[in-house]
Amino acid sequence: MTQSANPFSNFVIVGERTNVTGSAKFRKLIEADDYAGALAVARQQVESGANVLDVNMDAALIDGPAAMRRFLNLIASEPDIARIPLMIDSSKWEVIEAGLKCAQGKSIVNSISLKEGEERFIEQAKRVRRYGAAAVVMAFDEQGQADSAKRKVAICTRAYHVLTDSGFPPEDIIFDPNIFAVGTGIEEHADYALAFFEAARVIRESLPHAHVSGGVSNVSFSFRGNEPVREAMHAVFLYHAIRAGMDMGIVNAGMLEIYDEIEPKLKELVEDVLLNRNPGATEALIDHAEQLKAAGTQSRDKNSGPDLSWRDGTVLERMTHALVRGITDYIEEDTEEARAALGKPLLVIEGPLMDGMKVVGELFGAGKMFLPQVVKSARVMKKAVAYLEPFMLAEKVEGEEDNAPVFVIATVKGDVHDIGKNIVGVVLGCNGYKVVDLGVMVDCDRILAAAAEHKADIIGLSGLITPSLDEMIFNAKEFEKRGVKTPLLIGGATTSRAHTAIKISQHFSQPVVHVIDASLVVGVCNSLLSENLRQPFLAEHVVREQADRDLHAGKGSSAVYIPFEEAKKQKFIVDWATADIATPESIGSHLWDPVPLAEIAEVFDWSPFFHAWELRGVFPKILKHETHGEEASKLFDDAQRVLEDLIKNDRVHARAVWGVWPAASTGEDVALFSDDTRTELLRTFHFLRQQKEKVKPGTPFQSLADFVAPLASGRADYLGAFAVTAGNEVEEYAKSFRDKGDDYTAIIIQALADRFAEGLAELLHRKVRRFMGFGITEDLAVEDLIQERYRGIRPAAGYPACPDHTEKQAVWDLLDVEAKVGMQLTSSYAMFPPSSVSGLYFFNEAARYFNVGKIGRDQLEDYAVRKGMSLELAEKWLAPNLED
Amino acid sequence: MNREQRLARLNEELTARILILDGSMGAYLQTFGLDVNDFHGARFAEHPMSLKGDNDLLVLTRPEVISAVHEGYLAAGADIVSTNTFNATRISQAEYALEDVVYEINVEAARLARAAADRFEIKDGRPRAVAGALGPTTKLLSMSPDVGDPGRRDVDFDAMAKGYEEQARGLIEGGADILLIETITDTLNAKSALWGAWESFDKTGIELPLWISGTITDRSGRTLSGQTVEAFYNSVRHAKPWAVGLNCALGPAEMRAFLADLSRVAECPVSAYPNAGLPNAMGGYDETPHSMETHYAEWARAGLLNIAGGCCGTTPEHIEHLKHAVEGVAPRAIPAHDARLRLAGLEPFTAAA
Repeated sequence: MTQSANPFSNFVIVGERTNVTGSAKFRKLIEADDYAGALAVARQQVESGANVLDVNMDAALIDGPAAMRRFLNLIASEPDIARIPLMIDSSKWEVIEAGLKCAQGKSIVNSISLKEGEERFIEQAKRVRRYGAAAVVMAFDEQGQADSAKRKVAICTRAYHVLTDSGFPPEDIIFDPNIFAVGTGIEEHADYALAFFEAARVIRESLPHAHVSGGVSNVSFSFRGNEPVREAMHAVFLYHAIRAGMDMGIVNAGMLEIYDEIEPKLKELVEDVLLNRNPGATEALIDHAEQLKAAGTQSRDKNSGPDLSWRDGTVLERMTHALVRGITDYIEEDTEEARAALGKPLLVIEGPLMDGMKVVGELFGAGKMFLPQVVKSARVMKKAVAYLEPFMLAEKVEGEEDNAPVFVIATVKGDVHDIGKNIVGVVLGCNGYKVVDLGVMVDCDRILAAAAEHKADIIGLSGLITPSLDEMIFNAKEFEKRGVKTPLLIGGATTSRAHTAIKISQHFSQPVVHVIDASLVVGVCNSLLSENLRQPFLAEHVVREQADRDLHAGKGSSAVYIPFEEAKKQKFIVDWATADIATPESIGSHLWDPVPLAEIAEVFDWSPFFHAWELRGVFPKILKHETHGEEASKLFDDAQRVLEDLIKNDRVHARAVWGVWPAASTGEDVALFSDDTRTELLRTFHFLRQQKEKVKPGTPFQSLADFVAPLASGRADYLGAFAVTAGNEVEEYAKSFRDKGDDYTAIIIQALADRFAEGLAELLHRKVRRFMGFGITEDLAVEDLIQERYRGIRPAAGYPACPDHTEKQAVWDLLDVEAKVGMQLTSSYAMFPPSSVSGLYFFNEAARYFNVGKIGRDQLEDYAVRKGMSLELAEKWLAPNLED
Repeated sequence: MNREQRLARLNEELTARILILDGSMGAYLQTFGLDVNDFHGARFAEHPMSLKGDNDLLVLTRPEVISAVHEGYLAAGADIVSTNTFNATRISQAEYALEDVVYEINVEAARLARAAADRFEIKDGRPRAVAGALGPTTKLLSMSPDVGDPGRRDVDFDAMAKGYEEQARGLIEGGADILLIETITDTLNAKSALWGAWESFDKTGIELPLWISGTITDRSGRTLSGQTVEAFYNSVRHAKPWAVGLNCALGPAEMRAFLADLSRVAECPVSAYPNAGLPNAMGGYDETPHSMETHYAEWARAGLLNIAGGCCGTTPEHIEHLKHAVEGVAPRAIPAHDARLRLAGLEPFTAAA
């Protein structure tokens, strides 16, 4: 037999960990009635590559038949475990039969033998056959277990003929010629491994179609507690046994070492013992084992530099370690090593890399890893894949198909925000999905074209601003018209489960699922694409959707809205006669370009930065958070390094345009004039007024216009406007990292760009308060700024106090924003570059943020007239605020 | 001719042409406009609950109707008719509190079918076989009836096997030539049916050929209990089936791919009897005898078939068209596979030789 690229390719791996006699952990789970934990062990074995799952319940304190029945019935409802055949393992016939009665597939019975004579053997074999199972036959007869090669062969040969004569198919016979411990110090044991190899060879040569198996870990029994030596013994044993003809083995799936990678000295000593090459072999191995153990402890004790003891593991272990820890330093050399061992670059991706990412995905799903770590893992993965790409191109075979499910994701037309979308892409990429990211401002036709071209399995739409909700509804309708058959996922800051259920889902006949954050997206996608999980998932989904709709229907009827005319009468009152009105240093607009980056960084509010990474909490307390404090600290350190680079090398071009003008309110409008004569009208801002009935009578129905003095008051008041951006240069800089496969740094940069825009808005606001006079005496710490403990507000169009995004246009016209600082408005009135902020300054002492909430049709009609907009258009832009 | 002679002749025919199985019992019965009194008859007039819908009971209460159905299919050209015993086990008849007449139903059902077949056999000397039908029962051995309690089972292997053993004995006594374990949604149920069949062979000393027909419940290509076609085959292969096949749930268009899978792996004759399409909004079936004919003809030419018939929604007219479609087309050649260890969970696993 030639050594193929994968030494185990013709070898059936029977996962051994769901065996109470071999695993104390599994035994304790069963004894404690923790069947969920026991199932997790089974799942781990399947995921580690077991072809068959060994189940053994033979322990003193366990009711064998009951435990076997219960465990197999539970496995039957876990498709990812039940996928593979079972080996029903017991020394008690009643336990075996209990198991066979619960297994629909073709299993293997382990074991039957001639121990109690031929008659009993034939009877058991007949029953095994009627249950439709194969059988492991032990080299055991009326005289006992065979230890010499001669007796092993003799018993197996006899059993073979007894079985085939009674009609048992020879290919369903698997001999276990007994693997016994070597290196026990007892001379008679020294040849045990050799006896097995010899028996395996003869059986395979002389008994057609029969197989040879065995419990491999028995061989190293005398080296308990020394795992490196045991693993090496198993690998060397298997190497020789497979060459002799062994084609099945009960092993710890996922822990198989590669023969060629065993440290040469250790390999030689192990081989001396197994092959009984010299009389002192066992002692030499014991000595070496002690040294290895000592060396292992020593290297861990050393406290200089990072702990590199993980470099001593197998290439598989090293790659998994690198992926889980996000270490890129050695990944290229490890990838090369794996490529050389496995022969094909694709096998490296499908094998060690995907396996490692699976571990990452599981830890993330279980809340044991956090998003920044996952994104770092993805960086390692991408680096390894990038290394393999030239090899794959070189040997690309035509017709080879990529089976990864395809996820097409886009930020919808009119919207430019993509941090969340990028994170979702990375997380799915880590979990075996091929992610086709169409970027931002993607119109429906492009999404449809890409979905068709890439044969999308799922489409994801993302959006941050409220008009994107409408765009998503439009997309859903178009998908339906074009007969799209893939499920649709909805995500992003303004989206919600309720909105998705009530407004989007009914337009599209495929499942439409809202995903609240990146940690859930893999579960949703896997469920949607799994043959077995899809139906239960959708059944639950439909129930939830209906509940959302019912809840909404109930809500809609209970809220009371007062007539617009009534609301106007109960507006927020400022006593303009005595009000303190501030005066600006001058009238008109100003440019601030460039803004010193270090100055902005001083006023950063860091909490939202962590939120972008799905780490909840308030800065700086979050750095000491009980579960994710450590990760938050690491992320903060990394962010500091990136920030230093951004500032030092001017990667961010922060700039602002702003101005203050004389203003006067009329009803819900505020007019701006070119000078203090208040004769030449520059622009009018249109605001909305609350209409939802107040819980406490006498509470005013507010409008932003209430904070500006009306012309009739005789007081000269002012209103300011601003637009700030971190610029597009930083986006380009982030992209350069993404292109290199470093999503981790790219997302940090994008999240920091947002901080620069928000920080600049804060910094500028302070400057404007000083410009207005009242800010000169202000003495506030950064924390006070973040808490907005100052006079005045700066509401933005599209936010609760001023929900109509189209009001940004007036700011743009007033400040000539596009020409001055290069910021643009999209069709949905999103701002480009994405890290931008714009808004209005209200200077009155009484000005506070509030939520307009829903308005009535009476106000909508009035608003449309005021804005000179068609009713239809006004309805579209105010859709989220309309009473239904 | 006796059972042995008939089976020998049938097996000869099986190597020469595609055999024809009958069509659905239910669709045909509907044309008789039976009401509740037909089901109860005089014998069960006082039965404490309504028996309407218990089609299997008609072999005792309206035997002439069941005979007419068999004759309709035999006249249409069927080589094999199946007994009206889909639900005639203790487990299924418990719903009607008729456990006590289960054995009798099976004996009578086989007798009626055999008598009808004999009448046609005598006319032209060609063999007509009776397949004693064993349905899936109303319970599942591999799945919990309660999603919140996945380990729960309402019945165990032994009780189900015992029920099948009783049914098989009745069918043997009534004169069935073959046992047809059909519409298998859960392979563990089928295994218990096989167990019951073998027990009945042990008891009666008569061994009948075993015919096993699984049901792929949807386009994902899995049985209700989650197995793929090949995994299903691996799990019943130990029975050394006389034939294996697929029936019910899907129409011919949807069944084609799975039939091809089975045809590739099965080391024995392959049968197929699909529904007349998927149920439509009205609960009816859309495939006409003509449209079914096209599918059967294509299957036959593609070499997928040894035995064909119809399931839900098919009538003697469908069977006539089926016969026309496969006439003169060579049956599927039965492949010989290497002796390999073929295991199965929900998915197949084949070890290297």
